[in-house]
Amino acid sequence: MNEKFETHEHDVLIIGAGGAGLRAAIEALGQGATVAVVCKSLLGKAHTVMAEGGIAAAMANVDEADDWRTHFRDTMRGGKFLNNWRMAQIHAQEAPERVRELEQWGALFDRTSSGDILQRAFGGHTFKRLCHVGDRTGLEMIRTLQDRGVNLGIDVYMECAITRLLKDGERVSGAFGYWRETGRFVVFKAKSIVIATGGIGKAWRITSNSWEYTGDGMALAYEAGAELMDMEFVQFHPTGMVWPPGVQGILVTEAVRGEGGVLRNSEGERFMERYDPEKMDLSTRDVVARAIYTEVREGRGTEHGGAYLDISHKPAEYVKRKLPSMYHQFRELADVDITQGPMEVGPTCHYMMGGIRVEAETAQATVSGLFAVGEAAAGLHGANRLGGNSLSDLLVFGRRAGLGAAEHAKQSGPVTIDGEEVLEATREMLEPFERPAGESPYNIHRDLQEAMQNYVGIFRNEDDLTKGLSELDSLKARADRVRVEGSRLFNPGWHLARDLKAMLTVSEAVARSALARKESRGAHSRIDYPSYDEDWSRQNNVILREGDEMKLKQLHITETPDELRQILAEEKS
Amino acid sequence: MPDATFKIFRGDRGGGKLVEYNVPIATGMVVLDALHYIQAHQAPDLAVRWNCKAGKCGSCSAEVNGRPRLTCKTRMDALPLNEPITVQPMKSFPVIRDLVTDVSWNYRVNRMIPPFTPRADVEWKMDQRDVDRVQEFRKCIECFLCQNVCHVLRDHDKGEQFGGPRFFVRIAGLEMHPLDGLSRTDLLKDALGIGLCNITKCCTEVCPEDIQITDNAIIPLKERVVDDYYDPVRWFLRKLKGKKRK
Ligand SMILES: Cc1cc2nc3c(=O)[nH]c(=O)nc-3n(C[C@H](O)[C@H](O)[C@H](O)COP(=O)(O)OP(=O)(O)OC[C@H]3O[C@@H](n4cnc5c(N)ncnc54)[C@H](O)[C@@H]3O)c2cc1C
Ligand code: SF4
Ligand code: SF4
Ligand code: FES
Repeated sequence: MNEKFETHEHDVLIIGAGGAGLRAAIEALGQGATVAVVCKSLLGKAHTVMAEGGIAAAMANVDEADDWRTHFRDTMRGGKFLNNWRMAQIHAQEAPERVRELEQWGALFDRTSSGDILQRAFGGHTFKRLCHVGDRTGLEMIRTLQDRGVNLGIDVYMECAITRLLKDGERVSGAFGYWRETGRFVVFKAKSIVIATGGIGKAWRITSNSWEYTGDGMALAYEAGAELMDMEFVQFHPTGMVWPPGVQGILVTEAVRGEGGVLRNSEGERFMERYDPEKMDLSTRDVVARAIYTEVREGRGTEHGGAYLDISHKPAEYVKRKLPSMYHQFRELADVDITQGPMEVGPTCHYMMGGIRVEAETAQATVSGLFAVGEAAAGLHGANRLGGNSLSDLLVFGRRAGLGAAEHAKQSGPVTIDGEEVLEATREMLEPFERPAGESPYNIHRDLQEAMQNYVGIFRNEDDLTKGLSELDSLKARADRVRVEGSRLFNPGWHLARDLKAMLTVSEAVARSALARKESRGAHSRIDYPSYDEDWSRQNNVILREGDEMKLKQLHITETPDELRQILAEEKS
Repeated sequence: MPDATFKIFRGDRGGGKLVEYNVPIATGMVVLDALHYIQAHQAPDLAVRWNCKAGKCGSCSAEVNGRPRLTCKTRMDALPLNEPITVQPMKSFPVIRDLVTDVSWNYRVNRMIPPFTPRADVEWKMDQRDVDRVQEFRKCIECFLCQNVCHVLRDHDKGEQFGGPRFFVRIAGLEMHPLDGLSRTDLLKDALGIGLCNITKCCTEVCPEDIQITDNAIIPLKERVVDDYYDPVRWFLRKLKGKKRK
């Protein structure tokens, strides 16, 4: 190996310090492995910190009739049965234990009158199921995990971005990246790697996601030969802020509706009656997002092109106690007092159901030694995720990925780093500085967001998707000629140039999968194929790399075992 | 709408200067939007930290016209626009580049704090009223603005002897957790030097989460230290048991 690179060696390398990565780290450490966690931002700033509404787990503290079976059924129904049933089963069964564990590590949830963890209603959940802390549940979760992890002794490498996975033959052997602060390169050597890098929302113009959500982990895994799955399923959350322009897309938690908030159009009508008379405002996100979009398109939108969301009929003190951050967010950023009047809301790109294809029990991807978990992984949510099922996903499969990665590290012999691969990785990173002329990465990013918003949005059709794909082609060509100014010291333009590559790869996977699925299901709505298709109900789209080509194939969903099938057939109690 | 003029610190550990930029104003715009505009159109290498853009992650701290603020929650229409708006990095931490500072010291202090340690045989039931008190401290988004303004750190540079308001808040959250069984008064008194705080309340004034840092965290903790160290009966009991009172 090339001597001049700073190199760190651990049994398990975890890329990502959100809930998924931290939970995996705690578990791997518990198994006796040495563990490193790498993240692009400071510790504690990952997306998980922004989660608002709650963690879904069938604890039955509020509704006694709840149990894992109902949670399993709700998750499968919400995902339009495209979910990996085994993951949905494990998730529903293990979530309550994972939440209790979080409490034993110091998390302080809101309480019921008998002193247990309080649970609230959310879209698609039959019972009151979301364990929460006001509307800042994610903050509670990430602090608890981060304090525990640090105290147990995980090594955290903050503000360090991974740009390439390294391989030793067919298995992974480490990762290459750079320090944001200095721009210097670094190599991590590890027998197991867990990808916990989150989603891809920054490829769209209107999004609730931060600069970190550029699909890095999915692109890294794809480059390393792993398969991606269900990439057409991108969740547009129905309620993002629409005004003023600077905050467009910022999330308005579903907890507003969970606590009794109602949606109305400009005519004052509770339009959800027409789209889902039974579940109304708490219908699943795909349905509510399309409903708002349709209302606006048909001329019944608000002044700034959204719908009204109103919780001002509840006592002001109650609203401030249950939704404090929403109260402040609207008062300070939009001059709206939500205890007095309605908010304006509209769909915003929020969550990626698809991702790296993994094995249900261990979270192992299709490359030896590579694991994936959290929003970066696929399978649990199928065609549409229920609110609250992400935070529980992070805990349940974070733990399993940590176990799987530690186990794999124990059983495998030493790995070696290929010096040539490392040199290639440095060349790739330095190129944008060396070009005498070229475009700014910010321009290309803006055009990518526009293309994805217009052609790969909530409603899709063949024409748009084809146009989108050809846009992506020309954007890729432009990105190959991107030029970066300034030095390597904390240079966001340089970082964006690299993130762009990941976004383009993952966006292409999304557009191709969306073009292939000729039906509408969950978050994927094709105007030209508006209904379900029997054949497609048994297939997942899978993306993989062959040479330099992106290939798409279909994978048959395995038969659901009888005992689970029975649960699915039962009507809700 | 008119343009706003910004003067932004550009530089690194070796020094730097204020550089002027003009930014068109839009309705409801915040300072972070302006910084993003400058990155996209004028200075692609302007170093800024941010994540949530909604006051939830505590990444975007800086000094706007000399006042410590979250830039994502600082509205342009609340600033005087007839003069340039200055944006500078937090003063109490070493600059890395432009508006990005080295806050790693905070993470080192945090490591010293013993974690939540439940009393033996607790039943996991808690009353919301007991939880309310602690949840106030758990709202902290680690923006480090309080650390930035505290004069013990800012003017007297006592980072080696003083933990700072953020960590008193964290410890208050642990000490007052209804089920915690550990005492951290030794740490507060010695390594974290809570005695150096003279209750100026500057930290409370800047906290974007409105945590009553001084009244609700620091003063009660100081009282615990006094009780534990200067009340002979308690002192003796603590030596005997090493536990905190309930
Ligand atoms: C505003 C908002 C509210 C939400 N509310 C809820 C809710 O109430 N309930 C719920 O269940 N879900 C909610 N979600 C969804 C949920 O928060 C996320 O899906 C979840 O937190 C993702 O966790 P994660 O661990 O997979 O990734 P993250 O928490 O996003 O962590 C990703 C990590 O990967 C790191 N990383 C990324 N790329 C690289 C790279 N190249 N090199 C090194 N590190 C890298 C990042 O720095 C970060 O540390 C919400 C999401 C948002 C945006
Ligand atoms: S009250 Fe104490 S901790 Fe807060 S700023 Fe003043 S001296 Fe510092
Ligand atoms: S206590 Fe307040 S000011 Fe201090 S770090 Fe926490 S949120 Fe920021
Ligand atoms: S960007 Fe998160 S607090 Fe400002």
